Formats: sequence, structure tokens, C-alpha cells
Amino acid sequence: MKEINYLEAIKEALYEEMVRDQSVLILGEDVGVYGGAFRVTEGFYEKFGEWRVLDTPLSESGFTGAAIGASLVGMRPVVEMQFADFISCAFDQLVNVAAKNHYRWGAATPIVVRAPYGGNIHGGAFHSQCIEGFFFNVPGLKIVAPSTAYDAKGLLKASIRDNDPVIYCEHKYLYRRIKDPVPEEDYVVPIGKARVAMEGRDVSVITYGAMVHTAIEAAQMLKDKKISCEIIDLRTILPLDKKSIFTTVQKTNKVVVVHEQTKTGGVGAEISALINEYCFEYLDGPVIRVAAPDTPVPFSAPMEEAFIPKASDIVSAVEKLVRY
Amino acid sequence: MMDIQRDDLLQMYYYLKLTRKFEERITSLYHQGRILGGAWTSNGTEAVSVGYAFALEKNDIAASYFRDMGAFIIRGISVKRIMAQYLGKKTGVSGGKEGNVHIGDLNYGVFGFPSHLADNYPVGAGAALAFKIRGEKRVVAACTGDGGTSRGDFHEAMNFASVRKLPIVFFCNNNQYAYSTPLHLQMAVKNIADRALAYGMPNKIVDGNNVVDVYTAAKEAYEFARNGGGPTFIECKTMRMHGHSEHDSAKYVPRELLEEWRKKDPITNMETYLRENNIVKKEELDSIDTRIKNEIDEAEEFAETSPYPSPEDALEDVYATPVEE
Ligand SMILES: Cc1ncc(C[n+]2csc(CCOP(=O)(O)OP(=O)(O)O)c2C)c(N)n1
Repeated sequence: MKEINYLEAIKEALYEEMVRDQSVLILGEDVGVYGGAFRVTEGFYEKFGEWRVLDTPLSESGFTGAAIGASLVGMRPVVEMQFADFISCAFDQLVNVAAKNHYRWGAATPIVVRAPYGGNIHGGAFHSQCIEGFFFNVPGLKIVAPSTAYDAKGLLKASIRDNDPVIYCEHKYLYRRIKDPVPEEDYVVPIGKARVAMEGRDVSVITYGAMVHTAIEAAQMLKDKKISCEIIDLRTILPLDKKSIFTTVQKTNKVVVVHEQTKTGGVGAEISALINEYCFEYLDGPVIRVAAPDTPVPFSAPMEEAFIPKASDIVSAVEKLVRY
Repeated sequence: MMDIQRDDLLQMYYYLKLTRKFEERITSLYHQGRILGGAWTSNGTEAVSVGYAFALEKNDIAASYFRDMGAFIIRGISVKRIMAQYLGKKTGVSGGKEGNVHIGDLNYGVFGFPSHLADNYPVGAGAALAFKIRGEKRVVAACTGDGGTSRGDFHEAMNFASVRKLPIVFFCNNNQYAYSTPLHLQMAVKNIADRALAYGMPNKIVDGNNVVDVYTAAKEAYEFARNGGGPTFIECKTMRMHGHSEHDSAKYVPRELLEEWRKKDPITNMETYLRENNIVKKEELDSIDTRIKNEIDEAEEFAETSPYPSPEDALEDVYATPVEE
């Protein structure tokens, strides 16, 4: 197996799917000649041409709607949001058209919306947001958020081949910061399946995206204190892999949910509620959430650092729970 | 005028009348409290959707809006299924998951209408993009009301379609009012067609009460689009003769305005045209009318006797590929 970084994994998945399937096309701002703001589609325009890698006008609703329409007549469009934050401009098309097509009139809408999300890059309030929460309450959508290069590639392929609209949350901070082994041959990571990122006995840390790495860092620190953490990497956020969540709760009886998204009404709130509802008798303490505070993402370095959950925040939460 | 076959003229007459009478039946059932929710009709503006849909080919797509009953019917969605949808029955177009004019069926090349006006403009443009990429000679007709043309999606779609010269024709049913809001409070341009100028798009204004005019303009624009010419915007000037929906008495519309437009009724218009040009005899029109009445009676009977969906059905179909739990 070769080692590639997170961004290369996304790029490979896209490239291979475009070669494999003529109906896959890319739409977005500056994805063509320029190769995308983060260079994910660099070289694609030369290889696939202007009708499969389309530079669109600056109009998120327009090109998301167009992707939906193309998907209704047999294409598998992949939309790139230049930054996930701009997906708000396409909210209506995603929530009212894409998400409801199949339910309302039986039409599958196989589109993927790539959403480069997350902070720690000094992007401020409009270039750092976690957007999964905006869509988490929308039946009909699927949301995935890989944390490794392996999953980034396998989940993107699965998303492209899936028949439902998928919001693919790719964490910008991870693009060139992590690397892991990826098979040479074709593979997919199934949508809807979490993975155990680290086995442990004492406390479960349920998380996704960049926070998986923060959780691993915390688990290493906790190991020195003889506390063993089990880390669940959700990989798919909507629909949640309830089975994996319940299994780990039943094993450790103590849960910390971690996400970079702000706390109120976030994914963690739902996970906590699910555990409360279905696993109450297995719990040895409250489900604790470690999440960003309820503010827009601040710009200045010390403020942003404080905003994003750190390993030490997870360590404190776990220790509190262990003492419970 | 374009050379239109006698058969086609008669067909258009049939669809106009069927649309009118069918929606009148829906209205009457609404007032008897027999349908679920509201009733929206295209009353007075039927020539718009009949004209643009009749000019489409079988493999084309209609990305319609809620005053396009004529298009739904012409594309092949039966009045039985539409009536059943109005009654919330399992045999309705969406099996009870959707109501009234929220109609869509890919088997007939009709994109579902989402309430959010003008949403089908970009969606329609996307289908046109697919046709262009694949080199298929298919076109898309997208339609919205005058009010819908103020939404961002209208403008984003017009711009994108024009930049990429997509095979789509955008129609606007300009019936003077968006719910209660008159045109002059919606836009400062004189004609909605002027909006197309901003996108470098050819545009045309037609008499929306004349089905032959709408049909002819549509046909030309489709041909232009099919041959790589790109999109056209067609403004159909007409008048909404009922309230926004059946609960609305439309007191805000001046009576004189309605009287003026009543004289231009699209169906009377067509009848007169057919009769004065000796295209059809009275008996033929009568027999069309009888056929229409029977079809509508059957549709009502079908809908009334159809079963309701079960509550559990509501949990199905959220996803095309459900994730295994
Ligand atoms: C985006 C959006 N906002 C509000 C509504 C509620 N609404 C339904 S119809 C309507 C007026 C529509 O006017 P117009 O586009 O001119 O179409 P017409 O009814 O005249 O055919 C409004 C405001 C809606 N359906 N969509």
C-alpha cells in the first residue's frame, strides 16, 4: 500500500470515479482551469475537458440546482463548494429539492456536495464553519465526514456511487497534515458505518473528522494515567450508526462526545439523547460533550485556539467521567 | 402563423378545455370539503402550459410550476392520478406523500414541482446541461410565475444557461399578480422579458391567452435550443382569473381588469378561431366536451374509490438507497 495525504485521497477518488463513469462531472467555482481553491481538481480540466469540469458562475444555489437537475436525467454530479460556509447559499436547493425528491415523487438525486469545512486555519467566521449541523435535521440527506486518507477516498467513492444526495464534509485542516496507507485497488467505505479508531475499556470517545486526531492525542495522554479510551470515528453523521454507538456504550459505560461544531443543537446533542433514550441502564455517568462554544468562529489566533476543542479538553472530560 | 395541423389544433383545444374543466371540478370538490388542503388552478392562463407542453417532444423535460396543469396532463400524467393526489389517496401521483399541484413523474419527463418558486429553473438548467454534455437533442421547458422571477434562483439559472448555451427554454406565466402583489411592486422593469437582457439571452413576449402563439413561440425556441442556439426566455402575458388559490377571493384585483381579460379568455378565443376559420364543426366540439366530462367523472370516481395510504407508508422512500441499520 502507498501512503497519500487526505487531499490526494479526495483527488484520487474523484479522478478514478471520473475515469470509471462517464456520468460523473464536477461543478463549482474555479474548479476548472485553476484547479480549485485547494487544488483538489488540479489537472482535471486538462484531462476531462470543460464539459466535465465546469467552472460555474458564482452562484451556489444555481449550480447546486443544476447538479440536481443533471442527476435526475442520469448524471452523477459532484459539486464543490469553494468553502463549506458558502453552502448556506444553496440551502434551499439541498433541503427542499435534493433531500425531498425521492420521498415526494420517487426521483433519486445522486449528487455529492463537497464541503471543505472546519477551522484551525485562521479563516474567521466565513471560512471555518462546521456545516454538518445545518443539515443534520434534514431527512433525505446523507452526511459523511472522513478523518483519514483511507476513508476520504473510500467514502467519496461510496458517495459518488450512492443514489442519494450526500454532503461530503472534508476537513481543510487535514488536507496536507495527515497521511495514511491506501490500497492500490478500487475500494469503498460504506456509508452509515462507523469504525473503532482505537480500542479501549474505560471510556468511549465518540467523534468524527479532525477531532478523531485530537481524540487520539488525548487517548495517548490518558494512557500514561492508566485510563484506556475507546475511540469511535463515526465517518457517517447522517444517518448515524446507532449500532456502533450503542455497542461502545455497553462496553465502557462512559461516553464523551467530541466535535468541532458548536455545542447547542449539534450532532453531540443527538448522540447524547440517543444514548439516554436507548442505553440509560448501561451508563455509569452522564454523557459529556466537548464542543466549540456557541459563538461564530473567532479570527485571532489565541481566540481561535480556545474555540477549537483540544486534547486537554478531552482529557479533562474523560477524567471527570472516570471519577464519577 | 406557423402551419399547424388541424389535428394539433383540435388536440390543443381538447387539452385547454380538459385543464379548465378538470380544475373546475377540483374547485367544486374543494368547496364541498372533499379534497385535502387547498386548490390552485391555472384559470385564465391555461394556454401557457398547454402551449409550451404541446410543443415538446416525448423525450424532453418539463420543469414546471404549480399553474401548469395543462403541462402535467399533456406529458401523460393521468387526471385520475392527479385527482387521487388531490384527495391524498395511495393511487395519487405521489402515493399520498404529496398533495395537489406538487406533481412530478420522471416516466413522463416531468420534474416535481417544489413549492419554492423558481427552484425548478436551475434544476431544469441542469437537465439541459446533461443533454448538452451527452450530445442528445433533447430540450427542457422550465416555467415559473411573474413573482418567481424576482428570486435568486431565477437569475442564477438564466445566467448559467446563457453562459453555457444550454438547450432550455424559460417560460414565465405573467398573470399580473403574485398572490396579492401586483407587478409594479415586484419589479421596476416594464416587461419581465427585459430581465433576460441582463443575461444576453434572446427573449420574446407572447400573448399568453393565445395557445397558438405560445405553441409557435415555444416550438421555435425549442428548435433553436436543439440546434445548439442556447436558451430563450418567453414571457407569456396573461391574467389570473381566480384568487391565488380557492380560499382567496382576490378582492385586491380591480373588477374592470378582470372584465377586460374575460373578453380574452383563452378557451373562448380558441373556439372562436376554430369556428370562424371553419376548422371544426360545432358537433365535433360538443363531442370533445362530452369526452372531457366523462374523463373527469371517471377521475373523480377513481379517486374517491381509491384507498388511502397507511400511516406506515409515510416512513418509506426517504432514501433511494436506505442505509442498513
Ligand atoms: C420562495 C417562495 N416564497 C413564497 C411562496 C408562497 N407563495 C406561493 S405562490 C406565491 C405567489 C406566486 O406568484 P407568481 O410567481 O407570480 O405565480 P402565480 O401564482 O401568479 O402563478 C407565493 C408568494 C413560495 N411558494 N415560494
